[in-house]
Amino acid sequence: MRSIAITVNGVRRELDVEPRQLLVYALREQLGLTGTNVGCDTTTCGACTVHLDGESVKSCTVLAVQADGREVTTIEGLQSNGDLHEMQRAFHENHALQCGYCTPGMIMAATSLLKEHPDPSDEEIRYGLEGNLCRCTGYHNIVKAVQAVAGA
Amino acid sequence: MSVTERTSKVIGTSQLRKEDAELITGRARFVDNITVPGMLWVGLVRSPFAHARINGIDVAKARELPGVVAVYTGDELEFAAPLFMAWPINDEVKNPPHHPLTKDKARYAGDPVAVVVAESRALAKDAIELVDVDWEQLPAVTDIRAALEPDAPIVHEEFGTNNAGSWILERDSPVPRRGPTAPFFDDPQLVKIKQEYRLARLIPNAIEPRGVVVDVNAPMGEYTVYSATQIPHILRTTLTITCGIPEAKLRVVAPDVGGGFGSKLEIYPEDAICLALARKLGRPVKWIEERSEGYLATLHGREMIQEIELAATRDGVLKAVRVNLTASMGAYLRLVAPGIPMLGAWLYHGCYECDAYDFQYTNVFTNNTFTDAYRGAGRPEATYAIERSMDALARELGMDPVELRRKNFIAKDKFPNYTIASGLTVDSADYHGTLDKCLEVLDYDALRAEQKARRERGDRKLLGVGFSTWNEMCGLAPTRVLAALNYGAGGWDAATIEFMPTGTVRVVTGVSPHGQGSVTVFAQVVADQLGVDYDDVEVLHGDTQVSPLGMDTYGSRGVAVGSVALHRAGEKIIAKARTLAAHELECAEEDLEFEGGNFTVKGTDRSANIKGLAFNSWTAHNLPDGMEPGLGATELYDPPNFSWPNGAHCCVVEVDPDTGSVDTVRYIAVDDCGVQLNPMLVEGQVHGGVAQGIAEALFEEARYDDEGNLVTGTMTTYLVPGPPELPPFEVHDTVTPSPTNAMGVKGIGEAGTIAAPPAVINAIVDALSPLGVKNVERPATPERVWRAIQEARS
Ligand code: FES
Ligand code: FES
Repeated sequence: MRSIAITVNGVRRELDVEPRQLLVYALREQLGLTGTNVGCDTTTCGACTVHLDGESVKSCTVLAVQADGREVTTIEGLQSNGDLHEMQRAFHENHALQCGYCTPGMIMAATSLLKEHPDPSDEEIRYGLEGNLCRCTGYHNIVKAVQAVAGA
Repeated sequence: MSVTERTSKVIGTSQLRKEDAELITGRARFVDNITVPGMLWVGLVRSPFAHARINGIDVAKARELPGVVAVYTGDELEFAAPLFMAWPINDEVKNPPHHPLTKDKARYAGDPVAVVVAESRALAKDAIELVDVDWEQLPAVTDIRAALEPDAPIVHEEFGTNNAGSWILERDSPVPRRGPTAPFFDDPQLVKIKQEYRLARLIPNAIEPRGVVVDVNAPMGEYTVYSATQIPHILRTTLTITCGIPEAKLRVVAPDVGGGFGSKLEIYPEDAICLALARKLGRPVKWIEERSEGYLATLHGREMIQEIELAATRDGVLKAVRVNLTASMGAYLRLVAPGIPMLGAWLYHGCYECDAYDFQYTNVFTNNTFTDAYRGAGRPEATYAIERSMDALARELGMDPVELRRKNFIAKDKFPNYTIASGLTVDSADYHGTLDKCLEVLDYDALRAEQKARRERGDRKLLGVGFSTWNEMCGLAPTRVLAALNYGAGGWDAATIEFMPTGTVRVVTGVSPHGQGSVTVFAQVVADQLGVDYDDVEVLHGDTQVSPLGMDTYGSRGVAVGSVALHRAGEKIIAKARTLAAHELECAEEDLEFEGGNFTVKGTDRSANIKGLAFNSWTAHNLPDGMEPGLGATELYDPPNFSWPNGAHCCVVEVDPDTGSVDTVRYIAVDDCGVQLNPMLVEGQVHGGVAQGIAEALFEEARYDDEGNLVTGTMTTYLVPGPPELPPFEVHDTVTPSPTNAMGVKGIGEAGTIAAPPAVINAIVDALSPLGVKNVERPATPERVWRAIQEARS
């Protein structure tokens, strides 16, 4: 066991983790933040995407100990003062989700995509979200949602 | 009496989804988010071999590991019955017992042989590694044709064959087909073509893996099963059969479920094992599938060989269609697997007239993961065969594929309720109309002109266009037909609407949505029908304690059956409210008009609002003699017919002949699902369906090696397309109301998956036709396309 401290959604959290503990399970099972989902065991699906020091990472490939002393934002931390983040609203308004399982990871990836490319083409959005799989929407409305935020 | 104003109707509008709020904020309740105090973790020990005898299992080391609570083999964990198989298609069917833990041998790589229970997820994983199975590897068979050879390894020795049974339309269908095909295929005047298509094995890949949590109240003998399932009601019944726990003590909950596509329309070993463990240990348990584990343990779809023959006149009039399928069942017969090819049995002549039709199929056991329903189930297979064949026939006759289709479409004026050649009755369609719209959106003539110009210029990239004009039968289904087909359950569904005393409405449905948006659509239906506010309607589902009756969600039945049941329950409520209103307003019922929630005495301004009536029926102070208190109704609706949506899809591709890579340039879908309750959701269903259909055509294939190892065993080797691999979709519609139900609705959940694969492959073959290519097997990977070009050239 190792003691670590992570600032999660703005709050400093201290926890003891096994060295092999993945960040996603530390968030889900130790901190109770179950918004971040697990969809694969090969770093393929992106369902587990969170922000680590402001950049999107797949939390199933980061060890919890690697996040020690750093800042993590999960889907639960995206709202401010109870208001939806504009990307959350855009997903809702553009019907960019069906079952919603990919959605937290997709929204986290999309917000960080726009940080890097504030004015992307549809093509750039598709390539920017390449690491996030959705089986329900065919991506059409996800592109639309991201574009809606970019154009706002 | 106050009149509540209601301004706009919500049916037919694109209401944003009620479901979204928790999903976009990370507050959803997927099964892996459920934790029960004292819960133990379950792990399965699975066979690494496709076919191997179990000579012994040594669990001692695993049991000794600190934190391991129990380890059981198949002989130690008892069940009242094997897993339930619900569709013995006829007397010929060979249904082997499928024990949740196999006892004698493993029949596919991934077959579970023992189970470990531990204090944590990680410990359960460690314990799996410590179970030592003494395997005796046996020769495996994974190819369906090879499995039928006389010397093939036998998956179930007791049968002496891998043939799991055949189904023949002429013999087994409850409705007569139009005529035998032999005379047409013997007629020397007719043009005949014969095609063979191989459909790959597919892995459904709902992004949420499966999982089960079982909570137990041991002293009371009560169990709650939370399962990532599409079918909580069917799961409860079948778990009662397999585990011997009465329904009254068994609650099944489908919490938020992250996609299904058929993969969660199943009774899995893990469901039964977790329930049996909770009973045996008296403690709650949890099992969550890992993705690579799921590739072995969760059902596969589609693998079959199709032989299809067409006979037509020289000027392109289709006369006869004859079909013979050989379908892979994998290692066992799962829930409805034997009947999956049959779901296409009446559709292999597509939207076309013909004089004669024959169809049969044979199911085959192989040493692979079991197959079962995957989005579209039977119908994408049918559409693929006939739509590819129509293009082949057009080439043979030197006709334009669009012209050939138009010439053979069943005419609009034959409807409603036209009995097609295969024997079933199609409710309504306008095949010419949907195709015309598709051609208009595409600008077909311009596209052909561009293709011609490019070919003449000798452009390196080859342009192709492919069509798929499809119809299908969904909304499973009329119970009488299902009964005649030996299906193990009914096709009805249940809906309850209940006014709360203060005028809000509680709706309970027997369907179990997992992404479709049924909560939104059903609220729209009820709000409009009863004249209450959309926000005042609460729709509940997926929990057998709340919704004891239901047949769940699959086969595009949510709207086609579930919403119609709801609408009929609403009619009952209106009838009762009308009686009460007449009583209160002291008038005859016939003098009342119902509009926007208000019963108004014709020609007066005297009225009663349904919310007030609901309150009065709850207080019950002043009811007509004999009227029961409360304003609610339940409907168990059995649809009189299948639902028959149809459409015309078109795909435009560019093929690079040097690399074989295919670029989907445009994808146009024109679908007709009758009246649309929420066009935004219809469009979403089409998007997702088309995406899966394109993926099936271009990328996806579960491949096994000769020993039966799954070569595409992870999400990195089995290509689920990401955003860059798919094009934007151009989605349009036509509206031909269904005459079968009062709202005129039809199902749309599987349309895209049914339509897309032949549109894509037809486009590729069209692009390559100047090179002499006539067929590209799917998935049309760059390598396959490239090889097809090389073969045609040599
Ligand atoms: S769960 Fe992390 S990429 Fe799939
Ligand atoms: S919404 Fe279901 S996987 Fe994306």
